[in-house]
Amino acid sequence: MMWFLRALVGMLLVGTASIAAAQNEQYIPLLSYRIGPYAAGGSGYFGGAIDYFTLVNLNGGINGVKITWEECETEYNASRGVECYERLKTRHGGASTVEPLSTGIAYGLFERVAQDKIPMTTNGYGLAISAEGSVFPWVFPLGTTYWDQAAAMIAYLGQKVGGEANLQGKKIVFMYHDSAYGKEPIPVFDALAARDGFELTKIPLTPPATTQESQWLQVRQLKPDYVILWGFGVMNPVAIKTAAKLGFPRDRILGVWWAGSEEDVIPAGDAAKGYVTAAFSATGTNFPVMQEIVKKVYGSGKGNLEDKSRVGSIYHTRGVTYAIMIVEAIRQAQNHFGKGKVMTPEQVRWGLEHIDLSDARLKELGASGLFPPVKTSCADHEGSGMVKFQEWDGKTFKTLTPFMAGDRALVHKMVEQGAAKYAAEKKLTPRDCGKEG
Amino acid sequence: MLYREAGQFKSTYAADSAILPIRQDRIGLALILLVAFVVIPLTATPYLFSAILIPCLILALAALGLNLLTGYAGQLSLGTAAFMAVGAFMSYNFILRIPGIPLLLAFAGGGVMAAAVGIVFGLPSLRIRGFYLAVATLAAQFFILWCLTKVGWFTNYNPSGVITAQPMVILGYAFDTPPEKYLLVLSIVTLMALAAKNMVRGNIGRQWMAIRDMDVAAEVIGIRPMRAKLLAFAVSSFYCGVAGALFAYAYLGTVEPEAYNLDLSFRILFMIIIGGVGTVLGAFLGSAFIVVLPIALSTGVAFLDSTLHLNVPSSVGSNLELMVFGGLIIFFLIVEPHGLARIWQITKEKLRLWPFPY
Repeated sequence: MMWFLRALVGMLLVGTASIAAAQNEQYIPLLSYRIGPYAAGGSGYFGGAIDYFTLVNLNGGINGVKITWEECETEYNASRGVECYERLKTRHGGASTVEPLSTGIAYGLFERVAQDKIPMTTNGYGLAISAEGSVFPWVFPLGTTYWDQAAAMIAYLGQKVGGEANLQGKKIVFMYHDSAYGKEPIPVFDALAARDGFELTKIPLTPPATTQESQWLQVRQLKPDYVILWGFGVMNPVAIKTAAKLGFPRDRILGVWWAGSEEDVIPAGDAAKGYVTAAFSATGTNFPVMQEIVKKVYGSGKGNLEDKSRVGSIYHTRGVTYAIMIVEAIRQAQNHFGKGKVMTPEQVRWGLEHIDLSDARLKELGASGLFPPVKTSCADHEGSGMVKFQEWDGKTFKTLTPFMAGDRALVHKMVEQGAAKYAAEKKLTPRDCGKEG
Repeated sequence: MLYREAGQFKSTYAADSAILPIRQDRIGLALILLVAFVVIPLTATPYLFSAILIPCLILALAALGLNLLTGYAGQLSLGTAAFMAVGAFMSYNFILRIPGIPLLLAFAGGGVMAAAVGIVFGLPSLRIRGFYLAVATLAAQFFILWCLTKVGWFTNYNPSGVITAQPMVILGYAFDTPPEKYLLVLSIVTLMALAAKNMVRGNIGRQWMAIRDMDVAAEVIGIRPMRAKLLAFAVSSFYCGVAGALFAYAYLGTVEPEAYNLDLSFRILFMIIIGGVGTVLGAFLGSAFIVVLPIALSTGVAFLDSTLHLNVPSSVGSNLELMVFGGLIIFFLIVEPHGLARIWQITKEKLRLWPFPY
């Protein structure tokens, strides 16, 4: 029995020692998911984030402050995610920021992060209206929201027909995941349809939508000029395959970015050739920062992805993109509050509101073209709103456009209105961003 | 020795039909309630409240609702989560659209609406039973979630189709910290569990059990199947509705209909199967098992990993947790098909004879 007690005491001592050592490190909890139906996305994304954090640490950390992280498996399940957040938030001296990469979990954390004063990022998903920082001080949909993506999609289709004015009288089908996620962009599409005069038909796909014959037959009857596919998971390859079977040209299908990863097109095989999707980050390993990850991180055997061929895949670069923004926010906070110090969550939030990743800065970081320039402020928690479009050629995603934005003024107005309504419903007093820097 | 009823005589009918006829049980329950209401709020960490205790209690309430329907009345249902969703979304609308409505009345209103929906989807139970009924209630699961997504009124035309729970205020007192939320949930769950216990011991519960065991025979002895079955659906859905409202208000805060998906229905069904079908205790044991065990496993793996420096890859750790969890479920079902509540009952019988079994 004694040996057992000794081992136990030893284990406890080691445990406290490792916590003590973590006191001067910047801690980021990772609510990852590596099992379950969405494991492909979760492992790529969080693998990418960890790879970049490892790279920053190998290069000496942020002004000497090392990044430390702890993972917790959420299985993409809201309850598990909330538990993980509650478990991890107090460890290693407290969480700096959190990113759940799941709409359901993000909803569960909305009020918790405001109460705990921990900034939460929802990169490329979540509530579009949370871009309004005066009403949502702790939520950061960094980069681009669904609403800006929707506007950019219409701008892209406008380009294809030679100007948005030419969309007049065109038929566009919006085929969407029948859930909160799929319904989110409808107000923007409706507003743009009213403005540009195109005819918008909405066809819901009830998840998991593993058969879509009736929907695509409807598409064939309507003879639309374009189909916007706002799907998630297995319904994406099924949609592409069904379209091919019923003879709808794939180059007239435009996918949302969650329908634009290798995992969405490879199962559809040759049918996916020519299919176009939106993206908030580029793919591939041609960027200097990706090269550095391949050489330094994977070269020294510290890479997070077991399958090295996934390095530079779209989910991986999304994770790297997220990590670059977070590290830049912490660096900005250090520039303001003191270099080489561990930042508190409030200070990290200040940093997240002062991200200034200009073209020049992105070039310095070796990430020029990986994602669009991002400049956030107290009121603007999104910072970019730009999207690029890519085409699947059967092997890789080929870039079609540079990062481009749609009608941001219109989206901005809708975000303001939506946020004001939310504040009224919740009886919140918005922050005065004019007074804060 | 400690758990022996010798010398405890019952001299009145009331004493004979008490919920807990044995003194030790009464003391035990009083201790449990004392710990739950006094000791835990004073000692537990915020993590324990908001990540484990609150969801555990709320899901136990939903499991209790399902157990009334499936365990006592014998009607298999896969629509539990959908009835929870009705409770949550209707409570939200009551508070939103009726200014000044008391919170508890709004929760009860959500429960009543869920009960009404439950009766509608319970109608097929008059004609079909068993697996066919389960499939019919599956329709409720899909239809209700579709309806909540489709009809903007339910979410107050929120562009994302989600509801954000209003602050919980009762008589001017705001329940917003984890211990306060816990106490509110605990009080509601305790009262409703007491009501359930009394219901299943009384006339209604006996009708349900008669229907469950043989509906033709029950009809012959004068039980009206339609009334009994629809009452079971109504009461069960009421419990689920209140649980759903608590799930949104005391636990998640902002919810989309998708939070009440089929997966949650299945989890609640597993809770009563593992906890014990047809027992009130089983709902609590099952909920604790399903909620706590995966968390304990994942904490255990993380702890071993960090202390012994095993460097287990995260994907292996996650998969290991799932495998052990599945293995334990199979183990328990083989060892005791009647659930954890039955294990507790056997333990009690053995304790009565201990230390001199014959």
